[in-house]
Formats: sequence, C-alpha cells, structure tokens
Amino acid sequence: MTDILRSEWTKIRSVRSTVWTLAAAAILLIGIGALINAAQKGSVDEPVTAATAIQLSLVGNMFASLAMATLGALVISSEYRTGGIRTSLMAVPKRLRLLTGKIVVFTATALVVSAVASAVSILLGLLIAQPPSVDPGAVAGAALGSALYLTACGLFGLGLGVLIRHTPGAIVSAIALMLVLPQLMYQLPGQWGRTVADYFTTNAGMMIVLPVRGDSALGPWSGFGVYLVWIAVTVAAGAVLLQRRDA
Amino acid sequence: MTAIRATNLSKRYGGTLAVADLSFDVEPGQVTGFLGPNGAGKSTTMRMILGLDRPSGGSVLVGGRPYAELRHPLRKVGALLDAKAVHGGRSARNHLLAIAQSNGIPSSRVGEVLETVGLREVAGRRVGGFSLGMSQRLGIAAALLGDPEILLFDEPVNGLDPDGILWIRTFMRQLAAEGRTVFVSSHLMSEMAQTADHLIVIGKGRLIADTSVAEFIGRSSQGYVRIRSPRLAEVADLVKVGELHPDHLRVTAMSTLEIGTLTARAGIPLEELTFVRPSLEAAYMELTKDSLEFSS
Repeated sequence: MTDILRSEWTKIRSVRSTVWTLAAAAILLIGIGALINAAQKGSVDEPVTAATAIQLSLVGNMFASLAMATLGALVISSEYRTGGIRTSLMAVPKRLRLLTGKIVVFTATALVVSAVASAVSILLGLLIAQPPSVDPGAVAGAALGSALYLTACGLFGLGLGVLIRHTPGAIVSAIALMLVLPQLMYQLPGQWGRTVADYFTTNAGMMIVLPVRGDSALGPWSGFGVYLVWIAVTVAAGAVLLQRRDA
Repeated sequence: MTAIRATNLSKRYGGTLAVADLSFDVEPGQVTGFLGPNGAGKSTTMRMILGLDRPSGGSVLVGGRPYAELRHPLRKVGALLDAKAVHGGRSARNHLLAIAQSNGIPSSRVGEVLETVGLREVAGRRVGGFSLGMSQRLGIAAALLGDPEILLFDEPVNGLDPDGILWIRTFMRQLAAEGRTVFVSSHLMSEMAQTADHLIVIGKGRLIADTSVAEFIGRSSQGYVRIRSPRLAEVADLVKVGELHPDHLRVTAMSTLEIGTLTARAGIPLEELTFVRPSLEAAYMELTKDSLEFSS
C-alpha cells in the first residue's frame, strides 16, 4: 500500500490542476472572508464579536468547497479523460487498492491545505474585525470544522468522479448536489420537507462550519456525520462500479 | 513456460461478440504477431490479458496466473496500449516515476528507461507537447520500467515515421533475443513479416491461424511461374497447364526449369520466366477475406 500512496502522491503533486484548484479554494475562502469582515466592520458602529468575525471569515466555504470538489473529481476523472486510468490499473490491478490510495492521498492533501487556509482566513478576519476578546478554543474549533468540511466536499467530488468518470459531469453534479439542490430542498412543504432539507448533503455538512440555521434538526457533529454518510454512499457506489466496469 | 495462455476467451459487448472462444499460447524468446483486420478483437483481447476488461467467458493467464493476481504486475508484464493515454500536464519523468513507485520499482530505473528510448533530454518536459513518435517511446519506456519478461504492444507502429518504425522493429527483435516474450498486434501483414517469428491471426474475434510465419505463407497459397513472351499463345499450347492472362501466362504445376527447357527446345523466345513467391500480404488477404467486418 505504501507503494501506491507514494505513486498517488507523485501524481497529485505533479499536475498544475492540483495547485490551481487548491489555490482557488484558499483564495476564495480567505478573500471572501476578508471582504465580508471588512464590509461588516465598516457598516456597524458597535464592536464586532469574535464569534461573528469567525463566522463571517468562513462564509467563503460555500465556494471554496466547489474548488475542493473539483480537485477531488479530477483525481480520478482526469485519468478517465486521458486514458491514464488504464496505465494505473495495469500497475495496480486490484482496483479498490488504487481507489483507496487516491482517497488517502487526496484526503491528507486536502486536509492540510484547508486547515491552513481556514486558520489564515479566521485570523485575518479577527485582525480586520478587532473584536474585544477572542476565545482561542473557538478559533481552533472553527478552523477544524472548516477544514473537515472542505475535505469532505473534496471527497464528495472524488466519489462523483469515480461514479461519473467524466470531469464536467462530475463537477456539474457536485454543484447540483452541494449548492443548488440543498437550497431548493428548503422549498419542500411541511415538516417532512424540512427534515429532508436538514438532512440533505451540505445543509447537514455545513452545520460543522456555520450553524446558521439554529433550528436545524441536526447539530454540528451529527450534521457532519450525515454528510459523511452521503459521501460514503457515493464513494461506495463508485467503488462497486469501478470493480465491475471495463476500464 | 508459456507466457500467455488464453483458453476459450470470449468478450461480448451488448449483442456483439468481439472475441469468440479464442484459445492460444504465446511463448517466450520470440516475437509473436497478433494479426487481424481492424475490429477483429485484438485490442479487446489485449485488454483482457491485462485485466482491464473482464472476459465474458473463458480465461487468460499471464505466467500461469490471472493478471490481477500478480503482486507487482509491472515487474512481470510491460504493455503499451495507447501511447497518447497520458496526462499531458505531467513531465515524462514524473509520469514514469508514478508508475515505478506503484510497483516498488527503484526511481533510478526511470532515468535508465528514458535513456534506453532516447528521451533523456526531454525528461522534464510536459508530455502533452510530445509528438506521436515521442509518446510512443515514452509508452515503451513505461512498459520497460519493471524489466518485465513479457511485453505487449498494441499497434506500436501506427502513425510513426519510417525511422520510428525501424527503431521499434529492431527493439522488439532485441527484446525477444534477450529471451523475453514479445506479443505485438498489428493489422498490417507486411509489418509482421519483418518482425514476427510466430503469428496468431484472428478475424471477427475468432482464431484463423496459429502458426510460424514461414508455415503461414506456405499454407495459405502456392507460388506460380509467370511467363512473358512475344509468342505467348504458343507457349500456352506447349505447357498445356497454364492459365492465360492478357500479357502473361501463369503456371503452377511446373517449375521454371521445366518450362524453360520446353520453350528452348521449341525455339520460342521468352521475355520473362519468374517464380512468383506469394507475398505475406497476399496470403493474409486470402486468409482473412471472409472475416472482414466491412467488405468493400
């Protein structure tokens, strides 16, 4: 397995799309957070609390998550686009081992980058907002939540990439499942509609970053857990197809 | 030991049978040509050998085991399927490094194989900018990484210039001379005639011939003697067994010496008296004419 991890690390670090997508994720997160914090600071007279500053500094997650999902999808869909998947499977014919290698390397890379980007975004937000007092525990917790969320979004993209094997298709699906449908779900009528919306992909997952909807049926961790179930199902479906389909 | 053994191998795509009940062995120490018209099922068979496509029936073993069960497959089998199937954004060196690492092959091999195929100078360049010839060399470098005893090449000379073709041909001969198994597909008989020792010919997914190159020519069609003369009709009367064409006479039942003796005695001048050996191409066309997917 170490061999496969080294190989996948070489693959992910040696293409420019990795740098682009990770940079896009970091810039979106940090840039949007800084802008909103600056705007907030300029529009209100009373001091901004640390909690508000932290929340605002993570608003960019919504867009950064798409950049992460794109990288996740590319990890596998770019191999299908180029035909390189056949080279990979000739080298590692045990397909689930190849997929595991990709998942481990991607998760580690995404986690490190999104943790750093989240921490920078929060610290920059606090620097701009200048709140009267800051709870270091809250800062660490928020950075962790944001990093986990972004990494999970990347894995969602990876799962969709395995399933769909087509970069544009995987990215469009990611936008639909992570951005569009979650909002539409809130239009469903009644209590059951509300429950469906609360449990739907990023509506559940975002609870770990910004529990904006205080009335959600889910808490930060239970919400994130539900999101991980969505991701696990997607990856598992992709894995089954990877095993069955001709390459 | 038999390097590759296919037993009743079949592959069905929807309603189409791409490979049908195909059985053959590929032996080490020689170049085995895998020949058939386009669409005959050569690439599908190769993908099944490499565990990329799952057979609908039968099995294929590499070194006595299914490909997927090889621990470090690239140390046993090297293959070039599609030279352009690489991520264009990666450098040649990184492309090969990732492949080497996956099979625990020391990274020093990357430099060695780049040297072997003559790509050392462009090792740091993105492979997206490579010409077809360079991509083909890169693909061969990848196949050689694990110093494998079995090598598969799918249409390796397609689209190459004469220099590239000669290089690949010489290279395959050399690999076989080192005792390795070389299994190379082509739809061009003339190409195989220059490279292969043994032929496996398929058409419409079925085995047509499994034979040595020499045997293949002998079996498929006979040679004939071509005679040209200003007095051709007289020659035809004389030899009796000829087949008269507008400008020449074709004789299969007599040797040049017999015909020459007869015409000399009769005092008939000859313009030409040649034994025509059938070309491999002709033998191949003869053999596969029934199995062409689209006949013109």
